[in-house]
Amino acid sequence: MIKPELARRMYDGESDWGEVQRQISLPWAEAARISYRNVTMRLGRALITGAGVVLGIAFLVSVWTAKVAQDGMAQSEAQRARAITQEETELAPGAEEAKLEEQARAARQTWLVVMSLLVSAVGITNSMLMSVTERFREIGTMKCLGALDEFIVRLFLIESAVLGLLGSIAGALVGHGVMLLVYLTKQSDVAAWMDWGQMLEYIGVAVIIGTFLSLLAAVPPAVRAARMRPAAALQTEI
Amino acid sequence: MAEIECPECGHVIETTGLVTVCPECGADLREVMEELGHRRERLRDVARDDSVTTHEFIVRTKDLHKVYQMGEVEVPALKGVELNVRRGEYLSIMGPSGSGKTTLFNMVGGLDKPTKGTCFIEEVDMAQLDAFELAWLRCRKIGYIFQTFNLIPVMTALENVTLPMIFAGMSSDDMMDRGAMLLDLVGLGERLHHKPYELSGGQQQRVAVARALANNPAIILADEPTGNLDLQTGKEIIDLLKELNQESGVTLISATHDLKMIDVSDRVVHVRDGQVERIENRADLDLDVGTLGSESAPEHGE
Repeated sequence: MIKPELARRMYDGESDWGEVQRQISLPWAEAARISYRNVTMRLGRALITGAGVVLGIAFLVSVWTAKVAQDGMAQSEAQRARAITQEETELAPGAEEAKLEEQARAARQTWLVVMSLLVSAVGITNSMLMSVTERFREIGTMKCLGALDEFIVRLFLIESAVLGLLGSIAGALVGHGVMLLVYLTKQSDVAAWMDWGQMLEYIGVAVIIGTFLSLLAAVPPAVRAARMRPAAALQTEI
Repeated sequence: MAEIECPECGHVIETTGLVTVCPECGADLREVMEELGHRRERLRDVARDDSVTTHEFIVRTKDLHKVYQMGEVEVPALKGVELNVRRGEYLSIMGPSGSGKTTLFNMVGGLDKPTKGTCFIEEVDMAQLDAFELAWLRCRKIGYIFQTFNLIPVMTALENVTLPMIFAGMSSDDMMDRGAMLLDLVGLGERLHHKPYELSGGQQQRVAVARALANNPAIILADEPTGNLDLQTGKEIIDLLKELNQESGVTLISATHDLKMIDVSDRVVHVRDGQVERIENRADLDLDVGTLGSESAPEHGE
């Protein structure tokens, strides 16, 4: 079955160990290619992993969108009120009350932002943990083929960074879009009053947070998986 | 020849190890060279040039013990295994399940550490190797074949075969050529770009065989390579392994309880209850079986 000349060629090529470069390497380009493969080939799984990021970031951005929209609305109301009470030099009688209400609103918003960050962190960590755990065998195989621990970590970090970035962008768009729609139904000219510079800043910050959280969440499971002895990694049954 | 980089000016010098000053800036290179030499010496120990060194035994285990900790209970899997594997031989490790075959396989392959005792590959004690050297050994010296094939599911046949070559630092073009050549060698020249799930079990195992050969290993370790295959496909894989063993002189160690494997083995090691029960030489055994791959498994006994 084997053609002898092929077998000979196989061993002629580089049979001299002395000439072969003595190194173990995984160039970044190759690592990125493999990670990309992992994401695109397991798109369904990647989407589920990414969904954790998308939901968390969507929540965060929706809260921020609401904040910007409410600020915009408050400003428009204030201006309208100013237009009506232009002649009066005294403050409107309800001003003190409005100020208190404003403070309560700010506190509520901070609380929501903290909650949404927590939700993002938990969702992302959980997704990353699962996606690493279900690939223990693959990791064991790679180690058998000569992968160093750091290669495994590198592959997972690239993957989670890509997933985190894409998921965060998608999440930011979804969260922003939905919340904006809600406010548009309340007050159709809200977009004109919103501080768009501030909004963009919030979206940017949310994307950075999402990517960073994804990276951070992938480190512990990736390191744990990479440190496993190949024999143990190969024996795991999922 | 090696490439070293001058720490002063970054000039890259190609040398066999005799320069002491940088030709560009005159900086002292002795420290760099010494470090390089140290590294090389250790690696050379692991990867002694086959043409130069002639240790009779490519793998040697001495009083190998392995105890698994199952919660409170200690389960001994290996109880002092002594095994010598000759260069270029086809060795089968036989034994019932739970006899310690796979554990022994893992120790020899550097996939797990023994509780007690030592395992030598090319007379290098594996316990002495650091993570880098161990990875290097797995990458360049040993090829693994598993019962469950263990191909990377998201990669094509060719990518699976070239993965160890990436780790070995081969250039992309060489990699593709060699990968295609190896797949051709195992009879899958037409299926380079198929994914594992598009291949039959036998074909997947062929990809695994090609992958095991990726970096010209000195040893191929096969853990029940026919365990998940039907009779005919299993026989084809065995024939393929035997041919590789004969053509290229690669040492083949196979854990199995497939009787077909005995037919082609040079020696059969019977493992029972974590110990080597007996070793059979094929030459001593079936003097009457003239041809390899005869249909019936020969009878064995002491």
